[in-house]
Amino acid sequence: MSSVEIKTKTIEPIRKTFSNIQRRFGDKPASRYQEASYDIAAVTNFHYRPLWDPQHTLNDPTRTVIRMADWHAVSDPRQFYYGTYVQNRAKMQEATEHSYSFCDKRGLLTRLPANVQENLLRYLVPLRHVEMGANMNNSGIAGDCVAGTVAQLHIYQAMDRLGISQYLSRIALMLDENTGVGLTRSKGYWLDDPLWQPLRRLVEDSWVVRDWFELTLVQNLILDGQLYPLMYQQGDQWLADQGANDASMLTEFMRDWFVESNRWIDAMVKTVMTESDANAAQLQAWVDHWVPRVREALAPLAAASVGGAAMNEVHRQFGTRLQKLGLTSPGVEV
Amino acid sequence: MTSKNKKLNLKDKYQYLTRDMAWEPSYQKKEDIFPQEHFEGIKIIDWDKWEDPFRLTMDAYWKYQAEKEKKLYAILDAFAQNNGQQNISDARYVNALKLFLTGVSPLEYCAFQGFARVGRQFSGAGARTACQMQAIDELRHVQTQIHAMSHYNKHFNGLHDFAHMHDRTWFLSVPKSYFDDARSAGPFEFLTAISFSFEYVLTNLLFMPFMSGAAYNGDMATVTFGFSAQSDEARHMTLGLEVVKFMLEQHEDNVPIIQRWIDKWFWRGYRLLSLIGMMMDYMLPNKVMSWAEAWEVYFEQSGGALFKDLERYGIRLPKYHEQAKIGKQHITHQLWSTFYQFGHATNFHTWTPSDEEMNWFSEKYPESFDQYYRARFTYWREQQEKGERFYNNTLPLLCQVCQVPTLFSEPDDATKLSLRSIVHEGERYHFCSDGCCEIFEFEPEKYIQAWLPVHQIYQGNCEGTNVADVLSNYCHFNMGEDNLDYLDSQDYRRWQAIKGQVPAEPASVKSKDVA
Amino acid sequence: MSQLVFIALQDNDNARYLVDAILQDNPHAEIQYQPAMIRIQAESRLVIRRDTMEEKIGREWDVQEMLLDVISIGGSVDEDDDHFILEWKN
Repeated sequence: MSSVEIKTKTIEPIRKTFSNIQRRFGDKPASRYQEASYDIAAVTNFHYRPLWDPQHTLNDPTRTVIRMADWHAVSDPRQFYYGTYVQNRAKMQEATEHSYSFCDKRGLLTRLPANVQENLLRYLVPLRHVEMGANMNNSGIAGDCVAGTVAQLHIYQAMDRLGISQYLSRIALMLDENTGVGLTRSKGYWLDDPLWQPLRRLVEDSWVVRDWFELTLVQNLILDGQLYPLMYQQGDQWLADQGANDASMLTEFMRDWFVESNRWIDAMVKTVMTESDANAAQLQAWVDHWVPRVREALAPLAAASVGGAAMNEVHRQFGTRLQKLGLTSPGVEV
Repeated sequence: MTSKNKKLNLKDKYQYLTRDMAWEPSYQKKEDIFPQEHFEGIKIIDWDKWEDPFRLTMDAYWKYQAEKEKKLYAILDAFAQNNGQQNISDARYVNALKLFLTGVSPLEYCAFQGFARVGRQFSGAGARTACQMQAIDELRHVQTQIHAMSHYNKHFNGLHDFAHMHDRTWFLSVPKSYFDDARSAGPFEFLTAISFSFEYVLTNLLFMPFMSGAAYNGDMATVTFGFSAQSDEARHMTLGLEVVKFMLEQHEDNVPIIQRWIDKWFWRGYRLLSLIGMMMDYMLPNKVMSWAEAWEVYFEQSGGALFKDLERYGIRLPKYHEQAKIGKQHITHQLWSTFYQFGHATNFHTWTPSDEEMNWFSEKYPESFDQYYRARFTYWREQQEKGERFYNNTLPLLCQVCQVPTLFSEPDDATKLSLRSIVHEGERYHFCSDGCCEIFEFEPEKYIQAWLPVHQIYQGNCEGTNVADVLSNYCHFNMGEDNLDYLDSQDYRRWQAIKGQVPAEPASVKSKDVA
Repeated sequence: MSQLVFIALQDNDNARYLVDAILQDNPHAEIQYQPAMIRIQAESRLVIRRDTMEEKIGREWDVQEMLLDVISIGGSVDEDDDHFILEWKN
């Protein structure tokens, strides 16, 4: 063999990807998403039972009643691994920062009538606390679930919620000129205003749900699936009607994020639904229990702000969404 | 709205953007929302005293991390496109990466899981935020490591089934059991073990050997991801220091609990790091510094300064730190001797050190190398040259706690093997040291659960009745490719061809039958 | 006993400004150059000041930008809008 041939030969790769990826997807080059997401969570031979949960092993698929032959069947249609996730969010952040700066520099919020400013503090900013609840729930799910594809979906979701809560907080800081007074008022509404209490109760109740799939369904599909359209889509229109159009640019991030999030949530629910009749039945049972609870929790908030018609429209659209996933929405005509 | 109130400073503003989002619950009991906080006996009187160790809001996080990722992946792409793996010092170096990917990268994922859990379980919102940020950082680390190594996997053996091997291979139970121990512990112990003891006290002893090793040996991909990851580590270090001070300041009853954890995790960490020391001294063709030097700078000096700072809380240096000081002269040679002879059962290659390397060891280890270790390497090399490369036919006894083979010598006598045993509920357990014994004695019901690979093989639980079948069927080793002597390997032959050299005649044409 | 604080930085374009700023504000600091890395250590205390950095780098600079280039640190951290301090208090 000539030395030139040897040189060329030695640059040839001896394999195209990792063995586990090959087993899953065949002997061909793999994407970065695939290599970084599949089979990275340990599955066996754990050394010690958790002191904090001796009924289960460390990575235990029975922390939910949902059963999947392989939880990696749930994957991300957006193909987010860490690098693509942060780069995507950084782009969104740049545009959002521009909006916030513009709004701040021009005093677009502080020139609003006092009652409209108060409405922002009463009906919009307290959502930062709902976001804290969502952040906690998703972080917990990331710790409890198995499979790297599922876990990473939820940690991104958790950090997104923290980001959104911080943007909402900044709205108040713009209104109170960075003194914190607005945030304190807003928190007062969250803690004591009757119209917020059913939702606050719901958030606190979500914190004691132990089955992580039930929790992701409740938080990411059922609650967010109605709260976001209500307060960020219908709510946006309601604010505009009061002359607070300028506040729209401050919630554009939330609207864009919501649409994007639904892609993975819907894909996850569909995958789990179609795995087995048992899963489908369980999901429907959870929907039957939690959808009315969420509606109840949102009702006073809706009544005081966007109104009953908007709320009904949200329910109707949510019913349609559930139907596409193979679920029925209790008590709603679609 | 006009306001006569003062503008918030950075610290207060950050609190409004994190912990102020939380509130005292009314509709559920706190102990139901945060059920894991009390069982360890740690007393937190006032979470408001938590000092945020760093103040990164999510918008800044996304922005800065995206910048890092852009740079990192540009280099990983260039590295792959230009076949950067050909610029390393020597293909022996890649064995350090095999150890890293199979031994360390899976721990990054475990760290992600652990921090995600405590990021939910602490009732202090400031602590939750810091832990969650660490969780997503650790996910970053495992994924960037996989991506950096992906190209090496295409050109070298031993890397191809890293997660599978991590769960099943005998020496990889050392790192696996380390992190399982931390994750199965409560949230406060987890933070003491990982944030403080590992990410603060001992971090440089993991980082320096690998990343500087990469820099010294021409591995651009690893240098880049290493340094990029380290900028996250600065945040992790500040969390580690803050969490331990916070616990110590909250209640004096916490002090003895934390001291015990510091002692335990120092010792488990020290044992885990013996693998890294071995890599540093024996696997790097271009040496960075000796393990003894690294230990002196990064533990004895840096650690010394740290523990002096902690004296005011009633914390002292970890128990058995003196043993580690003595051990630094010995452990790397003891480990390499063991891995050399079990080189048929490792997913990386092993070899006898060259004369040049042994002279470097004589210089760096003037009290130990020539006296205790040179002779065995010389002997093994002679055997290899005769075509009788030594492979040990048995399986080693593993310590019940740290799971390293019981290959260490007594601190006061380097010619004597350090072995201990304890009978617990009618069963005899074996240990490498007093340090591991004490860990066992405090929580025996925990450590008797351990999945010791060698025991499991002998019990027939590993898909084979002989070592070769176990390695092949159960651990997914490509036999004859992933294992055995470097000079018999495909890695070596391909490397010689790259360098335009004819490979030497395979050094052990007839190696003794491996079990 | 000696209580050194240290900071290790990536040896890149940003580093030269950081090194200049640190040496100006910490005359007792020592520098070590290693492959791809710069390590700066000092007895008890090291401060990085935003105003000094802005002078060196010729533009507005945020203390948090430092995080992009830091490799490792030793010491207790005190960070705010205007400075980043590493120190041992005992």
